[in-house]
Amino acid sequence: MFQIRVHGRGGQGVVTATEMLSVAAFEEGRHAQAFPSFGSERTGAPVVAFCRLDDKEIRLREPIMEPDALIIQDPTLLHQIDVFSGLKPDGYVLLNSAHSFEQIGLGELVKQRGHSKMSTLPATELGLKHVGRPIPNVPLIAGFAALSGMFKLESVIKAINEKFSGKVAEGNIAAATEAYELVKQQMEDRAHA
Amino acid sequence: MLKQIEGSKAVAEAIALCRPEVICAYPISPQTHIVEALGEMVKSEELAPCEFINVESEFAAMSVAIGSSAAGARSYTATASQGLLFMVEAVYNAAGLGLPIVMTVANRAIGAPINIWNDHSDSLSQRDSGWMQLFAETNQEAVDLHIQAFKLAEELSMPIMVCMDGFILTHAFERVDIPTQEQVDGYLPPFDPRQSLDPKEPISIGAMVGPEAFMEVKYLAHAKQMQALELIPQLAAEFKQQFGRDSGGLVRTYRADDAETMIVAMGSVLGTVKDTVDELREQGHKIGVLGIISYRPFPLQEVRAALVNCKRFVVLEKSLAVGMGGIVATDVRMAVSGTGLKGFTAIAGLGGRNITKASLHKLFLEAEQEKLEPVTFLDLDWDVVNKQLEREKQNRHSGPIAENILYDKGMSTSAAKFG
Repeated sequence: MFQIRVHGRGGQGVVTATEMLSVAAFEEGRHAQAFPSFGSERTGAPVVAFCRLDDKEIRLREPIMEPDALIIQDPTLLHQIDVFSGLKPDGYVLLNSAHSFEQIGLGELVKQRGHSKMSTLPATELGLKHVGRPIPNVPLIAGFAALSGMFKLESVIKAINEKFSGKVAEGNIAAATEAYELVKQQMEDRAHA
Repeated sequence: MLKQIEGSKAVAEAIALCRPEVICAYPISPQTHIVEALGEMVKSEELAPCEFINVESEFAAMSVAIGSSAAGARSYTATASQGLLFMVEAVYNAAGLGLPIVMTVANRAIGAPINIWNDHSDSLSQRDSGWMQLFAETNQEAVDLHIQAFKLAEELSMPIMVCMDGFILTHAFERVDIPTQEQVDGYLPPFDPRQSLDPKEPISIGAMVGPEAFMEVKYLAHAKQMQALELIPQLAAEFKQQFGRDSGGLVRTYRADDAETMIVAMGSVLGTVKDTVDELREQGHKIGVLGIISYRPFPLQEVRAALVNCKRFVVLEKSLAVGMGGIVATDVRMAVSGTGLKGFTAIAGLGGRNITKASLHKLFLEAEQEKLEPVTFLDLDWDVVNKQLEREKQNRHSGPIAENILYDKGMSTSAAKFG
């Protein structure tokens, strides 16, 4: 079982992100379970949502306390809650930021965990550029597909097409594609560094 | 067709496949997504002929369902929590009149304190209303139980609640096989009501019944639920033939054959229970699971048969009979009366408290060693409870309990602080 926890704020599409991840996994023939940390969501309040992947039926219904991967949609959460709580030592981290981990003061974390499973991505900027809205969820899913190698970009695109249509779908696909390429390039640059 | 879909959406699609003719509902979390999706389907005429009636309250929702069902229309509604409580008078009437309404209950706690999260208090509060109650373990089962529910309700001319855990199932995206219209049509015949109001052949429904006949009418409601005990397994078997899936039935066991300790539960927590039991089995513990699908009628014989060979059992339930202990546990103990079996009650998950594998591990091992109290409250914060009890002892004017507890838990600084 592979468990992904997504942190963000109300209005950033956190729940939608996990739902789309589960659809992408489903498109690839896997079992997936996505669910929010239920509550009275308010715009701007911290929100957590979860996605489990497996090659067999998923029965477990507890929240994800020891994730294999973290997607952090809002870097300001780092000062507010312990987003890294329970993250497995070799877990993935994808952070929405136009800056590197070192630039935002997380250099130590990269030293501990190594670069190979950590990446930042200017997801809000990509959302603005392609969709005209500062919603980082779709670029982050695509970026996570590149970082983890767990999903094909085309599965993410299928999930986008299931959720959106017309211009919004097109914009999101463009944002996802650029995000995927950016993270892939980062990973390749590091591998050669 | 296999879909990765939200539980509520999947149930809405299943309801639409059952060709309801009247849907009336009032929104309340966590049920809202179901009737929203159905409303869209009616508006787009994807679901036709069907009338979607926006009512002004849950009381009106059930009242409209009573009227439309009495007029011979297949009728559906959905609710949860305080919404269910608000319609209670009509809920009893629907059963008393013998109207085969199907209602989804997206199980949610009852306030006060107000709480939108999942437990089973709401539908269990209607235990004696005369409605049948089936509990879904997964979203697939929620879909399948709704299809079976219309057939069961209409066969007996009695209403039924299909209960699915609010949020945990209603808001979860998972893989669900949505049947085709042909499959559902092949299973569920058109509604052929035992009684219906027709201006051409006027009858009355809802007579006042005095002491000379009231008991007989009530006994017949009981007799119908006893018939349901036979019908539910039959319908599940027919369902398997038509759809190729095991869904529904009265009870279901898991790794129970040589189990010395049995865990009894209802609803989605069974998944986490089974995962925990698998781990304990790997360590050599003889432990198994009994899932109860049909809470009303309660399958006394099947529960007894499933437990009679174990040494002890734990009823893990998301409900509390205040002043008594377990609600489900009381029925389970009735089922095993005279066997001398050791039974424990574990109250868990009230108001959406997470039920984790780690906590279940500990609970089940303590049960195996028979170290549990007769009634255990899983993951109860005793420090906070004892602090409040002490506060009440020290101070006559100890103030509101919920506000005090939130204050003690550091979750509210603005709350009144007493003592």
